[in-house]
Amino acid sequence: MMQQQEAGGFNFENSRRNAVLESSLAENGFKYLNPRKTGTTIAGLIYKDGVILGADTRTTDDMMVADKNCEKIHCISPTIYGCGAGVAADALLCSQMIAASAQLHSLNTGRRPPVAMMTRQLKQTLFRYQGQVSCSLIVGGVDDSGPQLYSVYPHGSSYRLPYVTMGSGAAAAAAVLEDRFKPYMELQDALQVLQDAVLAGILCDLVSGGSVDVCVITETGADLRRGVERAAVRGNRTGDYRYKRGTTVVLTKSTTNLRHDLVHESVQTTDQD
Amino acid sequence: MAATMMMQSRGQNFNEISAQNALVPDWIGTEVSTGTTIMAVEYDGGVVIGADSRTTTGAYIANRVTDKLTPIHDRIYCCRSGSAADTQAIADVVSYQLGFHSIELDERPLVETAAHLFKASCYRYREELTAGILVAGWDRRKGGQVYCVPIGGMLVRQPVAIGGSGSTYIYGFMDSNYKPSMTKEQCLELTAAALTLAMERDGSSGGVVRLASISEDGVERRVILGNALPKVSTH
Repeated sequence: MMQQQEAGGFNFENSRRNAVLESSLAENGFKYLNPRKTGTTIAGLIYKDGVILGADTRTTDDMMVADKNCEKIHCISPTIYGCGAGVAADALLCSQMIAASAQLHSLNTGRRPPVAMMTRQLKQTLFRYQGQVSCSLIVGGVDDSGPQLYSVYPHGSSYRLPYVTMGSGAAAAAAVLEDRFKPYMELQDALQVLQDAVLAGILCDLVSGGSVDVCVITETGADLRRGVERAAVRGNRTGDYRYKRGTTVVLTKSTTNLRHDLVHESVQTTDQD
Repeated sequence: MAATMMMQSRGQNFNEISAQNALVPDWIGTEVSTGTTIMAVEYDGGVVIGADSRTTTGAYIANRVTDKLTPIHDRIYCCRSGSAADTQAIADVVSYQLGFHSIELDERPLVETAAHLFKASCYRYREELTAGILVAGWDRRKGGQVYCVPIGGMLVRQPVAIGGSGSTYIYGFMDSNYKPSMTKEQCLELTAAALTLAMERDGSSGGVVRLASISEDGVERRVILGNALPKVSTH
C-alpha cells in the first residue's frame, strides 16, 4: 500500500532540486556556485549601561575576499542591532525582515520593540526553514527590560547570554572574552575587550579580516562606529623602481609623420526623447 | 503562529556544501545539539528535576551555561535533550497551547495534559524531529508527576526518569540508588550525584548542574557550579 504524502507543511522542493543539480554538476566536472559568505568573527557583550556588538568586515567568495570593508552590524530598530554570520545574503535579509517587522510593531503599539520579540521572530523563521537559511546572528539591544543579548543559530535555537561570539572566528574571540569579561564593566574597558576579541578572530581565522566595527547601544540609542581598529594596514612603498630620465643614453632620433586620409564618413542619429 | 508550522521532510544534510571547504571548521555547519544529561524524580508533594548545561555544535561548546529546564507553565517544567532548535521550538509550541488551554479552563493545567501535548507534537513529526523530553511538575489531582517522551514520541509515566546522551552512564547508579518514598532533599542529592557522574563520563555533558524542585508552593531553582559538585566518584 503506497503512503500518500500529506498536503501542507513547508515546501522544500527547491532544496532537493539544488542538491540534485549540485551532484550532477560535480559529475560533469563543474563546480557548484558557492554563495558569498561572511566567514566571520562577530561578538557581543553586556556592560554597565547597555550592549556592545562587534564584527569584522571581510566577505569571502570561496577563497577570495569579495569585500574588504562590508557592514555586518545591521540596524533592526533604533535600540536593537544584529550581527550576521554565514551566507551574507541570508544574514542581511533576515535582519532586514525583522527590522521591517520591528518598525511595524513600533507604529502599531507606539513602543520600542522588545529584543526578545525580534529574537523569537528570527528563530521561528529559521526553524521553519530547517537550517536552509544558513545564517547565525547575534541580536543585542536595550528595551524596557534592560540590555539583552541573544545568539541565534541557523537551525533556530537561541540563547540569552552576557557575552557571545559567533562565526568561523568564534573560538578565537571566545578565548579573549572568557579570559577578560567581567559583569558591569565600564564603557572603555568593555570596548577594549570586545575589540580585542574581534581582533583575535581577525588575526587567527583566515576567513575573517578587515577592520573592527563596533556598535554601542544604550538606553538612549545606538552609536555605530565603523573601522575603530585596523588589524593589518597596507604599508607604504618606500622604494621607487622608476628609472630617472637620462639613465638610458639617446644615440639618434628620427621622426616619421603618418598621414591620415579620411576614407569614409557615416552619421547615425539616435532617438532623442 | 510560525512555531506551529512544522515542515514536512528534512531530506539530506545540505550543510555538507560548506563543510567541504577545508578552512571553515566543520562545527560551523553542524546542528546545535544538547548532547545532555537530564533527570527527573517524583517525591511525595512534588518533583525534582536536573540537567547539565552544555550545548555543542560538533566538537565546539556553543553554550556552557545552557538552561535546559524550561518552564511550560507555573508548576510544569520540561527537561530538553536532542536537537536544541527542535526542543526549543516544541517547548514554545506546547507553552502556547497549554497557556491557552489553562485560560480556557480557568485553572492550572494538569501535568498529564502537558505531557500529552508534547507527545502529540513529537509523535506527529517523529521523522523530522530529534527530541527527547522529560515533562515534570505538580498539579492538584495527582501531585508530583514525571512523564518521559523520548525520541519517537512514546509517552510513559515513571517515578524516576533519565535522558540524554549522558544518561546511559548512570542507569546502574539510578537503579541501585533510587528508592521509592524519598524526601525532597534526598531527591536533590540523588539528582546532583547522578548528573555529576554522567558529566564526568560523557563528553557531551558538562558545565554546571541546574536543579529545580516543583511543588504546590512553587518552583525553587538552584545552580551547582563546577567546583561545588558533590564528590561522588572514589577515584
